[in-house]
Formats: sequence, C-alpha cells, structure tokens
Amino acid sequence: MRILTLTLMTASWLCAQNTIVIQNGTIHTVTKGTFQGSIVIRDGKIAEVAEKVMTPPGARIVDATGKHVMPGIIDAHTHIALDSINEGSVSVSSMVNVAEMLNPEQINIYRALAGGVTTANSLHGSANSIGGQNVLFKTRWGQNAEGLIFKGAKPSLKIALGENVKRSGNPQGGGFQQGAQQNLRYPGTRMGVEDVIRDAFTRASEYQKEWKEYDAKKARGENALPPKRDLQLDPLVEILEGRRLIHAHCYRSDEILMLMRIFDEFNIKGVTYQHVLEGYKVAKEIAARGDGASTFSDWWSYKVEAWDAIPYNAAIMHKKGVLVSLNSDDAGGAELMRRLNTEAAKVMKYGGLTEDEALAMITINPAKQMQIDKWVGSIEAGKDADIVIYDKNPLSMYAKVEKVFIDGKEYFDRDNDITERPRKEAEKKGLTEKEREIEKKSAPQTRRPS
Amino acid sequence: MRHIIPVLAVWACSGLVPLQTPLRAEVPPLLAIQDARIVTVSGGVIEKGTVVIRNGIIVDVGAGASVPKGAWIVDGKGLTVYPGLIDALSTWGIPEAAAAVPTAAGGRGGGAPAAPQAGQAQTPQTRSWGPADRPGTSSWVKAADQVKTTDRRLEQARGAGFTSAVTFPKSGLIGGHGAVINLGGESNGQMIVDPSAGLFMNTTPGGYTGYPSSLMGIYAYFRQLWIDAEHYRLAKEMYAKDPVNIPRPEYDRALEGVLESRRVLLPASNPITMERMVKLAGDMKSPVVLWGVVEGYRMADRLKQSGTPVILNVKWPTRERDADPERVESLRTLEVRDKAPTSPAVLAAAGVKFAVSSDGIDTPRDVIRALKKSIDLGLKKEDALRALTLSAAEIYGVAAKLGSIDRGKIANLVVTNGDLFDDRTKVQMVFIDGVKYLPPPETPQGPGGGAAARPTESIEEEQ
Repeated sequence: MRILTLTLMTASWLCAQNTIVIQNGTIHTVTKGTFQGSIVIRDGKIAEVAEKVMTPPGARIVDATGKHVMPGIIDAHTHIALDSINEGSVSVSSMVNVAEMLNPEQINIYRALAGGVTTANSLHGSANSIGGQNVLFKTRWGQNAEGLIFKGAKPSLKIALGENVKRSGNPQGGGFQQGAQQNLRYPGTRMGVEDVIRDAFTRASEYQKEWKEYDAKKARGENALPPKRDLQLDPLVEILEGRRLIHAHCYRSDEILMLMRIFDEFNIKGVTYQHVLEGYKVAKEIAARGDGASTFSDWWSYKVEAWDAIPYNAAIMHKKGVLVSLNSDDAGGAELMRRLNTEAAKVMKYGGLTEDEALAMITINPAKQMQIDKWVGSIEAGKDADIVIYDKNPLSMYAKVEKVFIDGKEYFDRDNDITERPRKEAEKKGLTEKEREIEKKSAPQTRRPS
Repeated sequence: MRHIIPVLAVWACSGLVPLQTPLRAEVPPLLAIQDARIVTVSGGVIEKGTVVIRNGIIVDVGAGASVPKGAWIVDGKGLTVYPGLIDALSTWGIPEAAAAVPTAAGGRGGGAPAAPQAGQAQTPQTRSWGPADRPGTSSWVKAADQVKTTDRRLEQARGAGFTSAVTFPKSGLIGGHGAVINLGGESNGQMIVDPSAGLFMNTTPGGYTGYPSSLMGIYAYFRQLWIDAEHYRLAKEMYAKDPVNIPRPEYDRALEGVLESRRVLLPASNPITMERMVKLAGDMKSPVVLWGVVEGYRMADRLKQSGTPVILNVKWPTRERDADPERVESLRTLEVRDKAPTSPAVLAAAGVKFAVSSDGIDTPRDVIRALKKSIDLGLKKEDALRALTLSAAEIYGVAAKLGSIDRGKIANLVVTNGDLFDDRTKVQMVFIDGVKYLPPPETPQGPGGGAAARPTESIEEEQ
C-alpha cells in the first residue's frame, strides 16, 4: 500500500514537474480575444487556455489574479546579441551569417527578456545592398548560442536600400580619404543599388543553372567537375527557390517600388519591408504582393530619407491590408526593445486600432512575417508556452513585466531579479577587494636610490 | 677512462665568444648524467638515476641505467633533470617576429586580437574585394623556411629551460605553417623537428583592407577558402584521370597551402568563441587546436566532449594598469580575472589536453611563473610540467620524439638545481639534440637594468 502511494506520488510529481497553471488572469490571447481565465502549460507547450481549466494535481500554480497575461513579444528587427553586425566592405555580403556571431552572454538579451520579448530577429546591418544572413532566436537567457536559436524557422537575408548603402561608394559621403578613391565601393547612387541587387540575383540564377546542368550531366553518366560552391550565391539561390525570406531595409516609396519590380522579375516572395517609413504611400502595392511591413510607431527624421514620415504609417498600412509589425531596431542597449508594448499602444492613439490589433503588431504579425506563427505569436493551445505576465494592461505605459516564460520555463522573474541584486553586488565587491589585495602584495618594492 | 666536462673552462671562454654564437661545450658522442633526480614525465620520478645520451638520442634512463664505457659524465648530484620545455605557440626562431609586439589573446566576445607582425607594416595594403583575393593569407609560408639559429631570443628561452618550440608565422588571417623546432642547432635546417605543425589562423584583419572587415566575414572567408581548396583537390584529381574532359585547374598557392595543412590553429579566448571555432573546424573537416585560451576554467566540459586540445594563454588577465579607479567593471570581467589562473587545474581535472605558450609573455621565465600561480591555486605540479612538455608534444603529434625522458627520444633536457617551479631554482644547463647549452648570464632586473653583464657562479661553485 505504501509502495503504491509512493509510486502514485512519484507519478504525479513527475507529471507536475512539467505542468504550470497560470491562474485567473486577464488573458490577452491576441487571436482569440481577451478574457478572465487560466492557462495550462505542459512540456513547454500551451495545453489548454480557457476561462475554466482542469488543473492537474501537483502542478505549479502561478496566481495571476489581477494581472495581465499576453504572448511573448516578437521583435522583427533588432541587432542585439551579435558580436558583429555589418560586413560593409563589399556590396553583396550574403556569405556572412550573423547567427555565427550570436553572443549568448550579451546582457541585452536579458534586458529584452525583462521587457517581455521572447523571440528576436537579429539582422545583419544595413551597410550594403545585400547584407548577410540573419538569426532568429528566443531570449533563453543562460543558454549557449545553439540553445538560443529558434529551431525550425525559415532562414532570412538582409537587403538594404538608400542612403546607408550608397554612402560608402560616394566620395562626398563618409569615409572618403585622400588617395583612397580606388577603395571606394560601388554603388554611389540609388540606381547603382538597383543594379547591384539585380546583378546579384542574375548571377545567382546563372549559378543555379550551372548546378542544374551539372546534375543533368551526372544523371547522363558524363564525367564532369561539379561547380564550385559559392557561399555568396547559395543564400540567393535559396531565395529564388522560396527557401529563404527577405528583410529589406527601405525608406522612400520610389525605391520600395523599385525593389518590388526586381522581386517581380525574379518571382521572389516572402519579403518584409523594414523601417518602410513611406510605406503609407505604397501600402496598396505592398498588400498586392502579399509582403509584410515592419516599422516604427513614431521614430523618424534621423536622416533625409526618414523625413516624410507620419505616426499613422502602421495604422494606414494595416487598414490597406498589409501585414504590419513594430520593431525596435536596437543595436546598443535594447532600449526600445524593453518597451515594445508601449510602441504598440501608440498605434491606438495614431490610427485608432483596437487593443488586439495593437498587440498583434508585436506578437502574431511579426510571427506571420517570419512564418513562425504555428509556434508563437498568440496564446493558443498547441503553441510554445512563450508567455509574459504584466502587473497591468500591457498597453499601459505603467505596466511592468513580472514574469516571462519561454517554452514553459520561467526565464525572468522581477522579484527574483530584485532580491538577487545585493548578492551580486557583494560578490563583485569581494572580487574587487581580493584583486586589490593581490595587486598590493605583488607590487614591486619601492627602492630608494642608494 | 671517463671525462668530466670542463664546465669551468667553457664558462670562462664564453665571455670571449660573441653572444650570437651559441655557448656550447664540446659535443661528446656518448654522455651520461649520473646520480641525478630524473623527472621523466611519462613514467614518474626517479629519485636517483642516470640518463644516457648517444648521438643526441636518449638511449637509456633509469635508477639502474649503467654508464657505458667511454661516456662523458655529468655528475648529477643535487641536480634535477626534466625533459626540455616546449613553447606550444611561439615565434621563437623566426628573427623577423622578434620585433613584433606579443600577440596576447584577450578581450571577450571576438577572437583574440593580435598585434601586427614585423614586416607587415611595410607591405602595401591591398584592397580585397572577396575571397578570391585571398586577403591576409599566406598559407604557403612555412616557419621551417624562416627559422634561424641566430634569433637572439633562443638563448633567453634556453635559459628558462625551453628546448623546443612550435613556432608560427603569424601575420594576417592565415599566417602559415608552423614547425616544431629545437631551440638550437648547428644550422637552420637542423633545428627542425617537424616542418608541418599546423596552419596558424587568426581573426584580426591584417595586411589588407576591404573584405573581410568583420569577424563574421572572416569566418565566411575561412569557410569559402576551405571549400575552394576541396574543389581544387577534386579538380586536380579528376584532371589527372581525364585531362580531355576535365579543364586543367588553375594553380593556386593559397589552396596548395591549405591542402597541405595537417591541423588548424584557431583562436578562442572564451567559451563563446570556442563553440564557434569547434564548429568552424568541423565544417572545414580539419583537426583543430585552439590557441589564446583565457577562460579555460569554464570550457572544460565542451572541450572534453569534442576532444579539442588547447594552448592556454598564461598571461593571466589583470586589471589595466592605471585604470580609471571609478570604472565599474562587470561581475563577469572580475570573475574572468579571478578564475583564469585556475584554468590549468580545471582542464587537467577534466582530462582536457592542454599546453601553454609564450604568447603575450614578456620573458620565457614568466611562463613558468604563471604556471606557479596556477599551482598555488590547486594545479598539480605533474600536470603543470606535462603541459610544458609531453602534452605539447602530443598535441602536435611529435610525442615519439619529444616531451619526456624516454629511451629513443631526442635528448632535449633541462638540468636544474631544484624544483622547476621554485623561483629560486636556476637552470644549470640544457641539452638540445644532446648538445649542451649554458644559460645566458643574468642581467640585473628592474628599472635602469641594462645589458651589463654580471658575473655568474659556475656550477661547481653552486654545489
């Protein structure tokens, strides 16, 4: 009898190990409305979400009474956690991959996590027309680089237009030195940017053809040397074959249309326009191609091409049928990334969107843009348990993140963070003092002149 | 009839010999170091034993090893014999590298920054537009072709007990092929123990402008270069069999150099870079040795699991001198400085193969002092010694020739008057290929200490 009880207890304990119930909170599912209810998390996935749920015995109960629960925020465009961001020496640097530069110890990951971000798309910079391969990761603070990566997601590539990419090619622009003219990079104009991108995809098509011809020769049994693998063209071929997405940095409506024409020429889909501050002018065209747009709520005027911007951009594009997300574009300090919820709130003021529409722009919409919406972006049974608990409505600027779960694991707890601080300070002080002590001991003896 | 080496006589003569010429005694074809304490490294310590050397090779060692007839004798009473120390990542022997600033690996996140090498500044920097320009690459260069017996640093190294080094051309992204060398010899060629120790690679741009200008660009470049090399190999192979249908491959010295490489040496100061480099080497399908390792204390598990040997940077990180006293440093930075010297003990306990290097170190003796610090923090002396000898030999695949006092190995020995890690201990003599070298006269240390020679005691006086 005792053995049976023990066995039962062990079984329920094992079961409870992987089960968390977030009880009685205001649940913003984003896709299925907002209601007072509970979420059952099992084995890292959302098992059930409803007003009334079945709580298994021994499950960890997280009381969310009076609190707000929403899906983890997804930042569609950031540059945090990377040890290098730009390979700006050449205009087509698709051979580089920022995933390789993911630094799991960069504190910005933790800061973003503390701001409710659970998935981040860290992009190559915008120094060149065709940048590098991007990395999509979850903010699983404490894991190594491999452990951060968002598994199964489609890879993507950065493309950039306008001022940044033509600057290094223009003697009037930055970086020009006497005698360094031959080192300048083509292009120096917007039409040159168009040429570089078209040329790159043309070369990629030829490369693709070369491989097909080789495969055909081999199939015929001919002795042929395989083409040389080209790391620059491989990702472009993946784009041509629909196996890789594009994030295109852009501002002006004319160049957005230019880029669309190139994409149409090569039949390229799966594009999200980034920044896209003049997107409201070409919203219809973006919607017609089925492309996405990821923009800021009210950040502009930092360079000439970012002047003709309005805070209604996101709302207008949304109303014209464009899939819109809001992003941080953070590189240094995860500053905007820590309050993307208030960025979302701004589209309610400018454009009059609903709470769900606003939250969608930092959750399910970016998930759809990156084609990861089957795993993340809303609180629905079967999705990854990436969940944020706020003390107030997340669309309030007074709201604070209290807990963050990723894959059902608690990665952030505000109370823990605060109580841990004195211990960490003491540890720092101890190490500093120890070091000073050693320095003192090993310092050379002062010698008097004899 | 046995001869005693006329140490005093040689010593006296040494003052007349210009410093460039190695100070050597007459080379006896048969030599025995008798009644010494012998630390074999491979087989424990012989408290009182004899090492017999014939024609530069250890032919016998043991407590009961008999002294062959006609052998010259070194009276080993009060002396300890160790295998000669090996600097596992060096530029010793390459005189051009002497002027270069030490390449201390350090910093976090990125790779190990290296200082520009001598000669590099003079070469005009070419603009690289892509991998085909082979930026910063000299994979065809061989240390074995560059080493000279005249490198002034050799004497200082020998004085600290080093008899061998794995020396590399280090400039640019791919410096060239290292060589296992002895730190002495009649001719440059005689110094070479193994001309193919591995390809030295670094992640600090140098010798070019343009591509790759970022760390990720450098990784991408390395990948492309290895892909190109593999394609080159295949093209040559196929052309040899079918010159009618297969186009003749264009000769490429950079790719020839890559294909000749037996292993690659990649920088990895911390666990993040380690993961990247282990993956990179895996993609390049090349055995790898990680160099410039600083945070070894938190890399042990992964290194063990991947079977990756490392060369530790024993220039332990310290607070910047004259640093801003107001500067607030992160807990991580403080922890790295506190724990880095414990790395050898942690790696030894985990069974990770590691050696140490003079990389970034001011004087050869400081390598030993740095390890002494680790010993004080819990590293076993045997493990410290192993890192300086047999482990280095094993990492570079020359353990059949170097690294321990065993029958059949090259007679590279260091003879001291006490424990190697005791700072008061003096190196009495070293043997390289069985040839005896004496340590250089000590120069006074500290400010104002010039090159003025100071009388040094002879061995006889010491005893």
